[in-house]
Parts: sequence; structure tokens; C-alpha cells
Amino acid sequence: MNHIRIDRRRFLAVAATLPLVSRVAFARAASVPDARFVFILLRGALDGLATVPPCGDPSYAGLRREIAIPRPGEPNGALALDTTFALHPGLPFLHECWRAKALLVAHAVATPYRERSHFDGQDVLENGGVRPNAFASGWLNRALTALPQGRPGSHGETGIALGQNLPLTMRGPAPVASWSPSRLPAIDDDTLTRIADLYARDPVLSVRLADALAADEVAQGASMETAPRGGGARYLETLRAAGSFLAREEGPQVAMLDTTGWDTHANEGGAQGQLATRLGALDTGLRALKEALGAAWSRSVVVLATEFGRTAAVNGTRGTDHGTATVAFVLGGAVEGGRMLTDWPGLSRGALYQQRDLAPTLDLRSVLKGVLHDHLRVSSAALDSDVFPDSSMVRPAKDLIRA
Amino acid sequence: MADSVAAAIATNRFGLGARPGELANVAPDPRGWLLAQLSGGSPPVPGAAALEGSEAILARAAVLREEMRDRKRATADPRDSEEKLRRAAQGIGAYYRPLYVAEVQARFRAAVASDRPLVERLVQFWANHFAVSVDKAAVLGVAGAFEREAIRPHVLGRFEDLLFAVERHPAMLLYLDNFQSVGPGSVLARRATASRRRHGLGLNENLAREILELHTLGVDGGYTQADVTSFARMITGWSIGGGRGRLAEGEPGRFAFRVNLHEPGAQQLLGRRYAQAGYGQGEAALRDLARHPATARHLAQKLARHFIADDPPAAAVEQIATAFERHEGELIPVYRAIIDAPEAWETPLAKYKTPADYIHSAYRGLELPTDGQRAGLTASELLGQRTWSPGSPAGWPDSAADWDGASALLKRIEWADAVGARLGDRRDAQRTAPAILGGMLSKKVSQAIARAASGAQAVTLLLTAPEFMRR
Repeated sequence: MNHIRIDRRRFLAVAATLPLVSRVAFARAASVPDARFVFILLRGALDGLATVPPCGDPSYAGLRREIAIPRPGEPNGALALDTTFALHPGLPFLHECWRAKALLVAHAVATPYRERSHFDGQDVLENGGVRPNAFASGWLNRALTALPQGRPGSHGETGIALGQNLPLTMRGPAPVASWSPSRLPAIDDDTLTRIADLYARDPVLSVRLADALAADEVAQGASMETAPRGGGARYLETLRAAGSFLAREEGPQVAMLDTTGWDTHANEGGAQGQLATRLGALDTGLRALKEALGAAWSRSVVVLATEFGRTAAVNGTRGTDHGTATVAFVLGGAVEGGRMLTDWPGLSRGALYQQRDLAPTLDLRSVLKGVLHDHLRVSSAALDSDVFPDSSMVRPAKDLIRA
Repeated sequence: MADSVAAAIATNRFGLGARPGELANVAPDPRGWLLAQLSGGSPPVPGAAALEGSEAILARAAVLREEMRDRKRATADPRDSEEKLRRAAQGIGAYYRPLYVAEVQARFRAAVASDRPLVERLVQFWANHFAVSVDKAAVLGVAGAFEREAIRPHVLGRFEDLLFAVERHPAMLLYLDNFQSVGPGSVLARRATASRRRHGLGLNENLAREILELHTLGVDGGYTQADVTSFARMITGWSIGGGRGRLAEGEPGRFAFRVNLHEPGAQQLLGRRYAQAGYGQGEAALRDLARHPATARHLAQKLARHFIADDPPAAAVEQIATAFERHEGELIPVYRAIIDAPEAWETPLAKYKTPADYIHSAYRGLELPTDGQRAGLTASELLGQRTWSPGSPAGWPDSAADWDGASALLKRIEWADAVGARLGDRRDAQRTAPAILGGMLSKKVSQAIARAASGAQAVTLLLTAPEFMRR
């Protein structure tokens, strides 16, 4: 079980007597919009053509051969979305969301990055620009700074990263804490007070400690169970925690979760196998996130995105190599879903990007801008210039969010 | 005072944290202490004799796999011993896991006990530069052997030898899939096409791409997708011996060049033509990559980031790159250039410790016992840097922003508190603090330790001090 380390009174006592000021101001006035947002980064280049197979595209089965996902209705078949697209059979929760009109699937989507390095690709996705290493801060953090202010003198809205450290997406000027479950014993007040005093004049450590204590204070009010270990539990614990944080009125508005392991160069599998197992764990985790959000699900949007896609054809080792366009998911109770967001380029040889990859026809920033604008009420001006710098030509996708 | 700052930097930034008594030895000549560590070749891991080599491990795994197949094929054969069936049922993971734990522990002890901590840091640096990650199950049993066999013997030698040892090692060929990459025009692929059994035979460009992007030129090194593909063709056939069916040839568990998998014909890489036949083609290309100026710059940048600052000064990077080129990839002159860089000796301490740095320096500074089976592994898991599991071939990141998260700090504090509680009064933090931090110890921390409510709390304050979080 997770330790409940710092009760509210104790946190206030420690924080109040010390030269520690958390940048994180979780408490919000009632007038602030109560929209919730979760961003899940899938590192490693998720195979969009396996996750949302275009079973109705005439070239699909021939390109994917032994790793093609069977059509809906066949044994282990994909879960039908429309006449062209289907979901991988390991994603039953996402399929429920689709039928409940709470899931949008963006396909043939890509960031502005057109090379094939994971690390540069992730950097572009995270920094929100068009080049690797363009900024040392992330688009989601800059979006936080642009949220409508809750009340005069407020520190602004806040976010939380589920994990020990902040991914680039969440780094920047806005106050963001990180939180992860602890398996270590609690530390006593007196020692904590002395450590805080040692950090008083250290601009980094003082802020980090205060942020950690503030996040812990929120965590102790939420039900943070330690999930069982095992393959299917990979994302359960953190996604449940994310839901618990966001479900609280005084909790953060935005959460981010980082996942790895989507780089399927060999033995990727089809309806079953390596990728299927990971997708199944992700689907289970997303269901747990919905459950933990409770009533807040109806006010929530979850976006899942990856740095780029994979080759249209299976490679020589029953896997796929680095590609270009892929899928992104937008789900949640606040989503105007049950639709594909795609200008499908097709998989015929002439349609492929550089004769090898699914061609990009939708800029991921357009999807993200649509969500940030309509759901979190970030202004167009801030989106064009600050959140995604120099992106005014990338128009936000419309009508992603329920009116 | 100046010497005690330089000694603290030598032992903490270049080493793995001072042990009590070390600073006094180092203080008269901190640079000399570092340079002396570079001679005498790479020390083996203490206890290495008890650890198996990758060849034996992979050969054993192949036998286990065969037993499992036999078991599946026929229902239990009465001639099979109970033991054989049991082992086969547990699978390769059950064989690999204890090997991994023992390797982590051996490496951890080496780091904590070393008298040449600069060399241990270099082993860790290069192992991370050429990262394999045990979250890929196939390398769990051989990640430790990879570091002992391919990295450690070469960190004081030439980069080219290090590079060849790495790219030919079974752990890397498994991790980045090259062992089964097949040239589309190779003998094997043509034979398979003729018999219509082509599925699962073809190129895998994973290793080729990461050699160019991560191991040598760097992502800005000027190569294209066409270079990646043709380099992947050149190294088709770089594989591992043993296996079944079409992979039956060669010594099990050892590098094998499988000519049947190799793509015939000349290839272009970075505008240069490689017309060699067979293994010699990839060999020539890899040798040119090792000597390429972009490789020198890429490595210099990474070394400077590791030893000087997250955003290292261009002049220092330039000097390191120049040393690399002038000495044709000899690594000792490269390390000398780093030690000679004045920026490496500046305060305040510029590098935030990674969890591994933090754990090693705590164990060294407090002379904590390392006799537990999993001491190092457990600490690395709790603090978020499980040994050999960076999760990607890029290895662990090397900047403060990647490690100084709020939750990560709280984990360190809790861990430090647990160390304090375990030690109680058995360490005198008041005496230890100046002995391991020297000129970096602030008056504020020194006073806080002196005024601690207990010996345990004094230890916790020492381990959580701002100057102990950085190197």
C-alpha cells in the first residue's frame, strides 16, 4: 500500500514556517472552468496501422502480410469503426468509448518532423515547434501559462506529471509538480523541516521540495492504491493516480503520463503478440483512468500521441521500421466523438510518403490546438504564438469538444 | 582551501564520490590523481570470475529453448529428467533474472569499492552511450556480460576498438535486431522466394540507424534515410552463431558473419562507395564512421556534457574533439583534454547527480555495506534509474532537467532518511561531511549536521544537503 505521508495540517505547518513557497497552487476558485485534460505520450513510435488498421484499404493486407490485423468479423478480428477503419482487438475500452461517441481517432496524423530519429521526433512533439531542440520548454506547460486566470493573485492553473521527473512537454515557466507512488517509509516532520531549511537559498531544490509536498498533500486525499504487478497492470497505478488527482476539486487541471516500449522492429505480432499485449495494458489503464475520474470524466479530454508512425509494409523481421504518419486518440466525456478525423491518403504505392510510409495529411498540432482552444479555453493568439510558436497557418481542428 | 575544492571536484565530478580519507590523498595533486587512474588498463569487475560470459549464457539459453520446443512437440518424454522439464517450463526469463541481479550487484560493488573511480565512471558513461536496455527480455541475461566484455576492456583504448566490440557483441545484435536482418537480394532471401517462403525475411534497419544516430555521427551528422538503408544492407549477416534451421551455423552465442544473409553488391554511404564483398564491406564502413569528424564532435559534446555542464562551453567541446581527431580516436588523450579543461574545475557544482551517481556517492561516502544480494538494484529501482534499463538505445539522459523532478527529490530524501535510520549512531556525520565534501561543504550544512537531533538525522542531512545532490 502507498504511504500517506503528509496530512494537510502537517503540510501547512511545514510550509508555513519555512522559507519554502510552492509554485503549485492547487486550490482554485469556483469560477474557474473545471475542464480536465490528460496527455499521454507513447514513446517509441506507435504503429498506427496496427493500432487503427485500415482494413478496408485495398493495399493494407498485402503490405502487412503475416502481421495484418484480421478484418472485423474474422477470428481475432479488429473492432469495426467504419467501413475503412477498425480498432486493434486489444482495445475494447476504446471501442466502448467510440460507440458512446466519446472517442475521436485522428489518422494519417504527424508532427512537423519528417526525419526518423525517435529522440528528435519526441523532442519536436514535446517542444511544440517545428525543429528538434527548438525550445527548452514544452507546449503543455506553455498552455498552462495561457489558461484563463482563476482569481487575482493566483499562481495560475497547475499541472502534474505522473512520474519522478518532468518530461519536456511539461517543463517551463508554469508551476508543475511531479508525483509517483512511494514504497519508502515516511519521513518525520522535524527532519523534513530541517531539510527544507537547508534548501531555503537553493532556487531549484526549495521549489522542488515545496512542489513535492504540495502534490503529496493532494495525493493523500485521493485513493491511491498500489496496483498489482504484472503485464496488464503496467499503466494501472499511474493512470488511476492521474484520475484521482484530477477528480479532486482542488486538484490539478492537467496531468501527463509518459509511456515507453512502442518501438516494434521485430516480432510485432498481429491480433496477438507483443504490441497486442501492450495495447491491452494501455486499454485497461484507460478504463481505470475513466473510473478514477468518476463524475469528472464528463468534463475530461484525454489525448494520446506518439512521435511518428512506422513503415507501411512489414519489414524482414516481422516488425516495422521508423515511419511518418500514425494515429492519435482524443477521448473523454467532453469529446464530440464517434468520428474519424482523417483525410485518408491511402496505402497504394504511389500514395506512400517516400514510397515507404503512411503519408501525413493532418498536423498533430491542429488536433492539439482544437482541444486546447475549445476545452481548456486557451486563446487563439496564445496558441499561434506561444504554445505552438509560428503556427498560425495550422488551424485548430473544429468541433472536437461537445458544446 | 582551493586544493580542497579541486579535490572535491576530482572525487565527485570525475570520480563517483569521495570515500573518507580519499580527499586527503587527492588534495596535493587532484589532476595527477585522475591522470594516474588512466594507466594500467581497465580493471576487471571484482568477482567477475563467478560471472558467466555471454557465449556460455546464450548457448545455455539456446539449450533451454530447445528443451521447451521438445516439450511442446511431444508430450512428456519419460526419458526426460524431472529437472530438465522443470527448468524448461520456467523458461528463459527464470534463467536470466538471477544472472541480471548478480551482474547488477557486481557492477554496484565495483563502483562503491573502486580505487580508480574515474575508470568506473568511464565504463558507466560508455555503457550508457552504447546502451542496451533490459526491458527487452532478450538482453536481460547478457546486459552485464556486454558491459564486461565489450565496454570495460576498451574504455582506455581506441574508440574504434570499442565500437567494433560493441557492434559485434551478441547483446547489441539482439537488442537492435540485426542478428536476423536479411538482405533482400541475399542467397537466403532468393532461395526463400524460389520456394515461396519469403515471409519474415528481409532488412531490419534498427541497428544501422542507431549506429549512425547514436553511436557515431550523431543525429546532425549529415546522413540521410538512403544512407541508413544502405548501411543496413552492408551489415546484413552480422549475426550470432547457433540457432535453428537456416541459422544453424556458427558457434552458439558468438558473433558470426552469415554470408547467406548478406546483401551482395556495392553500397554508398555518405557519398563514399563500398565495393567490398562480405563482412569487409560493413567493416570498412564502420571504420570510416569511427574516424569521421562528425563522430569526434558528437562524442566530444556528450563527454563535455557529462563532465563539465549540461550545456557545455563550445571551446571545451572543440578541444575535446580536436584531441579525438589528432590522436585518431585514442581515448586517453581525449580524457586528458577533459581534465585539462579549466571549465571542468569551476564551481558552483554544475552537474545534478543522476540517481546512480547519488547512490554510489552515498555508499562510498558513508562506507555502507554492499553485501546484500540486491542492495544496488533495489536502490536504483526506488530512485528511478533501474540499472541497464534506460528504455531506449539513446541511454539515460544526462541533464539536470531530466533528473531534478519534485517527486524524484522526495524519493532521495526518503531514501536518505532510511539510510540514516539504518545507520543510527554508527556513523559520525559531523566527521564524515568534511571528509567527503571537503571545500564544497557549506557552513550552513555543517552547522545543521552539528545541531542534528540524532546521529541518524545527521546522516540524513548530510545525504540531502544541496552540495551532496550535485557533482
